[in-house]
Amino acid sequence: MLEIVIHIALLILFPPLVLGVINKTKSWFAGRNGPPLLQAYFDIAKLLRKGAVYSRTTSWVFRAGPIVSLGSILCAGLILPLASNVAPLGFTGDVILFAYLLGLSRFFTMAAALDTGSAFEGMGASREAAFAVPAEPALFLSLAIVCIPAKAASFQAAWSALPWALWGGAHPAYLAAAIALFAVMLAENSRIPVDDPNTHLELTMIHEVMVLDHSGPDFAFILYGSAVKLFVIAALLVHVLLPIPEHLGWTGVALLCLGEAALAILIGVVESTVARLRLTRVPQFLIGASVLAGIGLAIALYRGTA
Amino acid sequence: MKDYADLLLLLVAVSNLYIVATSRLNSCVRASAIQGAALALLPLVLWTSGFNVQLFHLAVICAGTLAIKAIVIPILVSRAIREANVRREVDPSVSLHSSVLLAGLLMGISFWMSTVLVLPRPAPTMLLVPVAFATLLTGFLVLISRRQAITHVIGYLLIENGVFIFGQTLAREVPFAVELGILLDLLVGIFVMGIAINHISREFDHIDTELLSTLKD
Amino acid sequence: MLGWIGLSIALLIASALGAAVAFRADRSSLAIGTTGSILACVIGAAASISALVSGLEQSFLAGWPLPIGQIHLGLDSLSAFFLTCIFVISGLVTVYGAGYLQAYIGKRRLAPALTFFNLRVAAMVALVIARDGIFFLVAWEIMSFASFFLVTFENEREDVRRAGMTYLIASQLGVAFLFAMFALLGHNAGSFDFDQFTAGVTPSASLAGICFLLAVVGFGTKAGFWPVHIWLPDAHPAAPSHVSALMSGVMIKMGIYGLLRTLMFLGNPPAWWGTLLVGIGIITGIAGVLHALAQHDLKRLLAYHSVENIGIIALGMGIGLLGQSHRNTTVAFLGYAGALLHVLNHGLFKSLLFEGAGSIVHATGTRDIESLGGLYRRMPITGLTFLVGSVAICGLPPLNGFVSEWLVYVGAFQGGADLPVSWGATAIAAIPALALIGALAAACFVKAFGVVFLGEARTSVVTNAHEAGGTMRWPMIITALLCAAIGIWPTGAVQLVAPAAQLLSRSAPPVEALGSLTAITRVATMLAGLILVLAIVRKVLLRGREVSQAPTWGCGYALPTPRMQYSAASFVEPLLRPFMALIPTRIRRDGPNGFFPFKATYEEHLGDAAGERVLAPASRAFIQALSRVRIIQQGRVQLYLVYIAATLVILLVWQLAGVTGR
Repeated sequence: MLEIVIHIALLILFPPLVLGVINKTKSWFAGRNGPPLLQAYFDIAKLLRKGAVYSRTTSWVFRAGPIVSLGSILCAGLILPLASNVAPLGFTGDVILFAYLLGLSRFFTMAAALDTGSAFEGMGASREAAFAVPAEPALFLSLAIVCIPAKAASFQAAWSALPWALWGGAHPAYLAAAIALFAVMLAENSRIPVDDPNTHLELTMIHEVMVLDHSGPDFAFILYGSAVKLFVIAALLVHVLLPIPEHLGWTGVALLCLGEAALAILIGVVESTVARLRLTRVPQFLIGASVLAGIGLAIALYRGTA
Repeated sequence: MKDYADLLLLLVAVSNLYIVATSRLNSCVRASAIQGAALALLPLVLWTSGFNVQLFHLAVICAGTLAIKAIVIPILVSRAIREANVRREVDPSVSLHSSVLLAGLLMGISFWMSTVLVLPRPAPTMLLVPVAFATLLTGFLVLISRRQAITHVIGYLLIENGVFIFGQTLAREVPFAVELGILLDLLVGIFVMGIAINHISREFDHIDTELLSTLKD
Repeated sequence: MLGWIGLSIALLIASALGAAVAFRADRSSLAIGTTGSILACVIGAAASISALVSGLEQSFLAGWPLPIGQIHLGLDSLSAFFLTCIFVISGLVTVYGAGYLQAYIGKRRLAPALTFFNLRVAAMVALVIARDGIFFLVAWEIMSFASFFLVTFENEREDVRRAGMTYLIASQLGVAFLFAMFALLGHNAGSFDFDQFTAGVTPSASLAGICFLLAVVGFGTKAGFWPVHIWLPDAHPAAPSHVSALMSGVMIKMGIYGLLRTLMFLGNPPAWWGTLLVGIGIITGIAGVLHALAQHDLKRLLAYHSVENIGIIALGMGIGLLGQSHRNTTVAFLGYAGALLHVLNHGLFKSLLFEGAGSIVHATGTRDIESLGGLYRRMPITGLTFLVGSVAICGLPPLNGFVSEWLVYVGAFQGGADLPVSWGATAIAAIPALALIGALAAACFVKAFGVVFLGEARTSVVTNAHEAGGTMRWPMIITALLCAAIGIWPTGAVQLVAPAAQLLSRSAPPVEALGSLTAITRVATMLAGLILVLAIVRKVLLRGREVSQAPTWGCGYALPTPRMQYSAASFVEPLLRPFMALIPTRIRRDGPNGFFPFKATYEEHLGDAAGERVLAPASRAFIQALSRVRIIQQGRVQLYLVYIAATLVILLVWQLAGVTGR
């Protein structure tokens, strides 16, 4: 029971903090003080206190977008183990549902963007779809890598079967999965080198431009939803690199937070040092990640027999 | 130690992919240098068993490989790039997207071949044979799909690297001296090619190999 | 139960004849045809569901021996499952069709549409319960020809006639392979009776292999395997919408039924059959969805999605075969169950989507996505049900498409983990392929739904649009509810396919994997709850605050017009760019040139790779090869007489030589 409470508390409270850590890292690189660590919380709280403006063009699909998107991401977070290797709603076959819930969230975000009838938002939706396509095989191949040795398509089995010997160099397959997942994380959460969260020109945006018309609580849901999405995918990656066993209690929580913080700093470093890719090169980046994950999968498969 | 060999081989596979994916010649050369360094470490990781005379031999060979593959050849090729003043692979006959996918496919085929192939003795690690084949085939892919003479040099280098990795399965039988001989040949070849590229680019203002076909008859 | 199903066939045929007799009175033939079909479907659905639930097996042998053998009918769980699909979907589509055909009253004779519709349903039912090769093929041909007449309903249009011919040729070419297959099997067993196929001499490995290949080509042509799918995207837009709904929802699945039934004759499958089907599934799925993305004709787009979904079904069957050949009961069961459930699911959401497309055509008179937009506010019910169908076809939770894809995925994961490595690799290749197909399908349906229903109207055809009438609306609502029900309560849905999957895989259902289905229900409920809570939270937050309406933010541009909205073509351009090498494209562009450009045009035609790059060159080569034979055609009667005489003499000599030789 306590584990479930911890899980839900982590899932609901921590995500915006990850954004804070990323921004702090970036500010440190730029030699600025930067916004406070809790800025994302302030933003969300401010938006929740505001009224809303809806376009005359829109239907209920536009209003459903943020809600369905946030709901399905939170659901995905309930399927994925966080501070131990069990999750409140985990079951055999949950990895597939996890990925498809993220897909559902994307579907409704894109539909809401098209509902405004704005050319810019249509452009954002089109790019989001274009980059989700090569990212999806990479995600599934990485999930297959961790599930094959466990002989079951479930997070719990995968994390229990994951060897701690990873750091001994024993499992290049997991390394490939981790690199591919990192690429997927950057793409899914619209970070550099795929998308720049700080860009101010609509023509160069991907995710931001899709949500231009949302305001007030709707926009708060979107901001919060993208923070949760980042948190959840990062938790997946943390578990691949640092499998947290069952019944670790608060140590597990500490490990997860440590991993999340490390990944946030890593993202900050990447964002400060790497240039954004040209839009036409992004699919290639993700195809590369898929091929890498494919190699990892081949290693995982053949190693099982060798 | 052998576990680290798999990591090195993964690095080789990734650098193959990168070479195929990038259009910048400098990145190509850098990736092949990294690949060379990984290859230099490979025999050390695979065959070390305590401190003995063999270790000394191994160390010499590794140092030699490192010097040639990771330092001398990359420097030569990047000088050729600077002098010929070409920065990018323009207009490859297979698009970069497709060549990444093709490289992945070749990797898959290599894995399959490694299960079918019967070796005189089992390979020291399971990644060795597939990565060897994949490197070799990627070399051919680069040679077939690219037009710049400099990328062709990289392609030959990849083929040689594939042979080198495959050589590790027979390391006990074939003395490293043979391997060193091959390396030397390659080095000379690249020397010659570098000089030739320089001359060609000075004469014709480009080093597009497809246009070499106009030389026939 | 067979008696009830026989009754529904009789009803269908009687109402078909009734509708034909009353061909002068459109309204009465509509009434006769529709009533008969609905009645038959209700009776048949009740009978087949109860047979499915009770696990009843029945067979019926006609008392009199015909020259070709006895008529043999039978009912097992596989037949019962397909009968359920046929009756449920046909019943719903019939109701929709009654509304859809109203618009044609007074414009053309309705009788052919009704007669052939009912005949087609009857033929499908008959072929599912047929237990001998001859009767099966007769039913198969009646189904094919009835469909041909339905496709060419509006036969004054050139494109419709062309599509009809393509369909007819493809279907007759396909059936030639089936004739060959049944001839081989019949020769081996000494009878065309299905029971003799299994009971008699088991076919040798090579014969089984040949029969399998013939079945894949023959049944695959009907089902729409790549590259013999090319009749589908032509025939579906040509046919009236309720016809396309039935054709895509049910008729192409008869190919799947035939293949599954054939697999039951052929003994234990070798692993390469599974590999072949997985390969076909991957190619068919990806090619189908890629071509769908490139379409701007709504019904053509949906037709290509049928190809994609047939690919998913083939993947499931391939994984089932892989499991079966390695005696891995879990993998086999999951693969077959996924394929079968996807047959039902695709039947539901695809008929729903075609009905939606039909309502749009009805309301606006166009199938061109690019000239629509903003239809949602004019057709809310069609829009909502179309959205349900779109989410379901993308395989997204919590709707039915997810459940069947989930079964295939879990089968693939299990196969990758448990099978010997090279076959495991085949099974696992299905995973990235399904992921890619899913992502592409989601993009495609965001495009289709978004461009058609959301935003502003792009042209004036939308302004006069009206919601579909009641008889068209209710079938869509019921189908959408069925989609949601299967998605939220998969445990019940799997009960429908479990007996058939058990029959095919010859294994008991894996308890653990199916136990997870209740967890899907749990997550779906949780999802619905979370969405509801968030909606309430927003409502509470916005109460008493200023909520205003404004124009869409144009990023500073003051005069946006609906023409500036992102079009379907521009939406898919970045998506398709990496795949452009796979799709034959013809681009015609003109200008803009000079400093003061006047006119500029840009045209893009995306063809079908299978047709243009595989089938067309192949048929050209074939025709060229055959043109040598033309030498014998000299046009002189004497010469033809020489041929006849020569054939006669040769045959006589051959026969007589055989006799004396003995």
